[in-house]
Amino acid sequence: MDKQKNENFEEAIKKLENIVSELEKGNLNLDESVEKFEEGINISKQCNEILQNAEKRISILLEKNGEIIEEEFNTEE
Amino acid sequence: MNYDAIAVTVTDLNKYIKDKIAEDEALSNILVKGEISNFKHHYTGHMYFTLKDENSLVKCIMFKTYAEKLKFEPKDGMKVMIFGTVSVFERDGIYQIYAKTIQEDGIGDLYQKYEELKKMLEKEGLFDENAKKKIPLMPKVIGVLTSQTGSVIRDIINVSTRRNPNVYIRLLPVPVQGSGATEKIAYGIRMMNEENLADVLILARGGGSLEDLWPFNEEIVAREIYESEIPIISAVGHETDFTIADFIADLRAPTPSAAAELAVPDIYELQDKINTYNSRLRVSLKKKIELMKLRYEKCMASRIFKDPIKDINDKYLLLDSYTKNLENIMKNRFKDIKSSYVEKVTKLDTLNPLKTLIRGYCLAECDGKIIKSVNDVNNGDIIELKFSDGNKNAKII
Repeated sequence: MDKQKNENFEEAIKKLENIVSELEKGNLNLDESVEKFEEGINISKQCNEILQNAEKRISILLEKNGEIIEEEFNTEE
Repeated sequence: MNYDAIAVTVTDLNKYIKDKIAEDEALSNILVKGEISNFKHHYTGHMYFTLKDENSLVKCIMFKTYAEKLKFEPKDGMKVMIFGTVSVFERDGIYQIYAKTIQEDGIGDLYQKYEELKKMLEKEGLFDENAKKKIPLMPKVIGVLTSQTGSVIRDIINVSTRRNPNVYIRLLPVPVQGSGATEKIAYGIRMMNEENLADVLILARGGGSLEDLWPFNEEIVAREIYESEIPIISAVGHETDFTIADFIADLRAPTPSAAAELAVPDIYELQDKINTYNSRLRVSLKKKIELMKLRYEKCMASRIFKDPIKDINDKYLLLDSYTKNLENIMKNRFKDIKSSYVEKVTKLDTLNPLKTLIRGYCLAECDGKIIKSVNDVNNGDIIELKFSDGNKNAKII
């Protein structure tokens, strides 16, 4: 799941780049331009959401009784 | 016997032995190999330790002036070669090595091992550029394999959080030197992969001697890096240290901080980028619409849209003029024909024989034929005389 989301972000940025350059070329008709514009705006929204919705977490993985557990890692030492 | 007279003092003895040893050239410049133990770096800057092998040991001292020049910190258990002078410390009655330089022993062997493994793995294709995985642009979880303590993890956390305040870092603490480090590092890489615990892995360690960095030159670590599904950024040692791990990793960073920079995107930059794209989208759509509007206006401003009847009117005018022309031609032609007719009729009129009759002539006909000769009639014939105003019969006598 995580992996998919990464690819999505990367793909989304690439798609956005393509849409921008296509629209800037000006070869599209008006309908197509509006369509591409809307798509681009949506993608940029999604990208911003991915950037802003992450939550800070610094953790340490510890093995206890053969199981991996995740604990907060205190950096203030 | 006066033993007292022949007895030497301890001081004398030690002095004598010291002199004896000092006379021995072999002992004044000697290279000794062994393992360090009881190492103490005194606050005065001098180093005290013992050098030992399986059967024996000897005390050693390295004065501050020499100790300062050492490129590494000697440690217990380290195999070294010491160059120095053997001399006696008279006060304690012990001889010891006064070290001038210390060199890590076995370093030659390690280099050879390093070169051999490097050559082998390179031949196998483990260093191939096309085998390298791309570092994701926006990894959700940054896995870090390094020591739990020390500046490395702190640097990574600092740089990462500066670039992205909402970064997610998972530290898998591993020993980065000494016995067991190799296995733990290899296992750590595999475990992160098996449990899918990160989107990118940073394998980091601060600088150190070749021995210190050795786990990163071990084959099992090398192979785990190669097998890893998760892209790995290596940051082992200083910029000038190249470990085998560095060659196989998908990306090599000169320092742990640099590794964090490579793994964690600067989200402010990314946001800027997205916003720039966003405004470029708006600008180009606006431009498109303006362009279309301009084209529309240009069309509407054209003559055909401005005065659409004019063309038709022009055609009407033309048509009218053609019609008029046609009419004129016909009229003239008719006139010509009429006048020629009148002329002909007039001519005909003048030639009319009946007109002569009016002047007193008459036309003589016999049996409907005009009499043109005397021979045409006989005496007694009744002929018809045609006058201008009627006919009368007459008899030839």
